[in-house]
Amino acid sequence: MLQREAKIEIEIDCRGLLCPEPVIRARRALEAIEKGKVIVLVDPGAPKENISRMARSMGYDVEVEPTEDGFKVIVKKSG
Amino acid sequence: MRWGTSLSVVLAGALFGILAASLSKLGNPPNMGVCVACFLRDIAGALGLHNAEKVQYMRPEIVGFVLGAYISAMLFGEFKPRGGSSPLLRFVLGMLLMFGALVFLGCPARMMLRLSAGDMTAVAALVGWIVGVYIGVQFFKAGFSLGAASKVYSLNAIVLHLFLVTILLLNLLIPNILRSSISGPGAMHTNWLISLCAGLLIGSLAQRGRLCFAGGFRDLILIGDAHLFWGVISFFISALIINIALGQFNFGISNQPVAHSAHIWNFAGMMLAGICAVLIGGCPLRQLVLAGEGNSDSALTVFGMLFGAALAHNLKLAATPDAQGIIGGPSIHGKVALLIAICAVILIASISREKTEQS
Repeated sequence: MLQREAKIEIEIDCRGLLCPEPVIRARRALEAIEKGKVIVLVDPGAPKENISRMARSMGYDVEVEPTEDGFKVIVKKSG
Repeated sequence: MRWGTSLSVVLAGALFGILAASLSKLGNPPNMGVCVACFLRDIAGALGLHNAEKVQYMRPEIVGFVLGAYISAMLFGEFKPRGGSSPLLRFVLGMLLMFGALVFLGCPARMMLRLSAGDMTAVAALVGWIVGVYIGVQFFKAGFSLGAASKVYSLNAIVLHLFLVTILLLNLLIPNILRSSISGPGAMHTNWLISLCAGLLIGSLAQRGRLCFAGGFRDLILIGDAHLFWGVISFFISALIINIALGQFNFGISNQPVAHSAHIWNFAGMMLAGICAVLIGGCPLRQLVLAGEGNSDSALTVFGMLFGAALAHNLKLAATPDAQGIIGGPSIHGKVALLIAICAVILIASISREKTEQS
């Protein structure tokens, strides 16, 4: 019961990957959890926008935070 | 369509379409106002990498695409020197992409441009392109990966920029140092400064809008996202309007400029190009833009395309256009090479898998 309620947080590093790989990996991670957060590290440019668009179209909340060498796309899946 | 997010790609596509159709009126070859594959082929000829006398010219548009993307990426903090994601495989895939494009006689931008001018020989190519993109997407779904790029020494990120600027300057300052066609498509060109400025504009807008003729179809197939697709559509519509307005619209299959009606080979050529483009992360234009942003793998892909263009002409693999009622298309060498190239790309796509993630 405790395990089921624990917050799941997956971080995937998609820096250095060209589209569509970051989108595919992010979607795969989202599909793997029922509820929780998927944090995707990406380079500046297209991957950040593509992952955000994909996640929003699936009905998830998206936050984007700048990092030292790119961005962190945080997708919240509320189940 | 969400205008807020899609406006930049729609604008990029629309302006590209307007300029591509207009450049033909200003002197570039008909239905070839802009063609990344054809223009790289012309540059390969200008450098003497192949001896096809009718397709040799140092096209300033290509320089403009890379520099325009570079300037835009610098202005918006998106220039990032990176590389090391299977560079040699990307070189080979760039070469194979060029084989396919030169069997059709054009890159996907020219394919849409030809369609917008009423050239129905490009319909089979469009179907082939979509099938190729679909196949490429299936490989990604099955775990295809060329691996991640990492930070590289800054000079790597501007090798292509320096190379292109150098050969453009050499061509302008030292007469006859590069080859230049006296007849055929290579002899048709507008003023170099207009070409360069058009290239700069297209390159910078394509960088901002992430315009990609492979990505447009890829995202639609993969995740039902039409964002990039609107860029392709806006390119087509704006080019169609300009072609009609300038009297360049000629609907049909016969008498289409620099095109052939060997439909099955148009299909197969662009199917090969479509698979390759998806695997390397974008169409030929996108490769130039990514190279402009500092991606040295994409720069090497561009060199692969130059190499592929040279091979395609030296070994007579490229198609010939229809002429005087005779249907053109690839030679027997071209047909065999295309089939081998399709097998090669499928082999590469089947073998290259992503490493196990620790997520």
